[in-house]
Amino acid sequence: MNAATPLGHRVGAIVIGASAGGVEVLSTLLPALPETIRAAVFVVLHQPPDRQSILAEIFSRKCKLPVREAEDKEPIEPGTIYFAPPNYHLLIEAGARIALSVDDLVQFSRPSIDVLFHSAADTYRERLLGILLTGWNEDGAAGLLAVHAVKGITIVQDPQSAEAPVMPQAAIRMHSPDFVLHPRAIADLLHGLEPAPATSGTSPARAAPAP
Amino acid sequence: MSQEFQIELPLLLEAIYLKYHYDFREYANASLKRRLSAALVRFGCRTLSQLQQRILHEPAIFPILLDYLTVQVTEMFRDPNYFKALREHVVPLLRTYPSLKIWVAGCSTGEEVYSLAILLREEGLLSRSLIYATDINPQALQRAEAGVFDIDRIPAFTESHRRSGGHSSLSDYYTAAFGRAVIDKSLKKHIVFSDHSLATDSVFAEVQLVSCRNVLIYFNRELQDRALGLFADALCRKGFLGLGSKESLRFTALAGAFADVSREDRIFQKKDRA
Repeated sequence: MNAATPLGHRVGAIVIGASAGGVEVLSTLLPALPETIRAAVFVVLHQPPDRQSILAEIFSRKCKLPVREAEDKEPIEPGTIYFAPPNYHLLIEAGARIALSVDDLVQFSRPSIDVLFHSAADTYRERLLGILLTGWNEDGAAGLLAVHAVKGITIVQDPQSAEAPVMPQAAIRMHSPDFVLHPRAIADLLHGLEPAPATSGTSPARAAPAP
Repeated sequence: MSQEFQIELPLLLEAIYLKYHYDFREYANASLKRRLSAALVRFGCRTLSQLQQRILHEPAIFPILLDYLTVQVTEMFRDPNYFKALREHVVPLLRTYPSLKIWVAGCSTGEEVYSLAILLREEGLLSRSLIYATDINPQALQRAEAGVFDIDRIPAFTESHRRSGGHSSLSDYYTAAFGRAVIDKSLKKHIVFSDHSLATDSVFAEVQLVSCRNVLIYFNRELQDRALGLFADALCRKGFLGLGSKESLRFTALAGAFADVSREDRIFQKKDRA
């Protein structure tokens, strides 16, 4: 990683994978994202397949950024958090669109973290930030390695801080992540992500005027 | 995915189209890449160019590749609420027709076709119905036509059937033997299985309902528009269209041609032309 470039300037998208214990950690991470961020955020959280998806609703109330459940072929909007719908894989399609699939389970999971991470690595390459959190299976480890392979940034939750350490441990076995951090520290890092300054030199006016 | 893979992918799809007339050129790339990566492992090829060479010169292996390129993940009464919504919102109108034609596009191995047939039987409509079940994969069609499913899958099917508002027992519609459940012949009498491509073929009948679930997600937007155009042309006045639970018309050219019947369950109705 080039230490001279602030992280926020190079990050074009963030992918986050979590399983058992994930809701709690996401409740620390997602609200920390600054509303000025330009990167789109994609989240796979393992859930039972027949569960009605209420994640977007829950996190909408907690986050500064808009939160949505991903729809097929939806154009990707900057500064938006997308959750994979239950029982569908979430992929990133060329032309900055979302794609869904009902392909076979990967690592016993649909949505699978590996599927999201691979396709996002393919699209965003070194501009991708991948974060793998708590979980009882090994989904996401190979995907995070793919993020690392295209020179993206990788963050793994410190297994000691994880309700379920198997997933972060599997990732650390496969490659040496850029950061291994406690959720609070990941939240601080996300909070510090600032977009690249506008090239015109004027700082973008972010504060929305009161209606 | 390497830069070379990106170059090789359209070349391979073009080769498949020219040689075998299967058109995957407008499939959504992200899933296609995943499945082709798996196919490379299966065929022991290092690159898509190597795979292309084998596919062109060894026609016998093409059917194996076709299984990788087409998706065969399906179950009976998948998303029970969809079938419940059909019963509530669509069946009452279907009752008004003296005879019914229904098109299940992309039927894969048939689970969804038989689900619809059972629903129509329960609603007293099957005897006057003809279901067209189409797919591009001949092997999947053969399995669909055989209607033989692993008995281990039946408990989940039974539960989904119950949740779909089924008012008979699923066991009325199959015979269990040797670890298999064989679908009742009396259902099959009302189904025509046929090879049809949403990418290259045209409309073949006028129908009152099109059910096409989790097929369009594998298409890019241009191909989605083509397929939806076929559905709009095939549907009778005020005919119905059912899509997968996360599929939407919002990002397509046909968004204005259909009205919501049950937004949540992705059931739409063709609008009268203005």
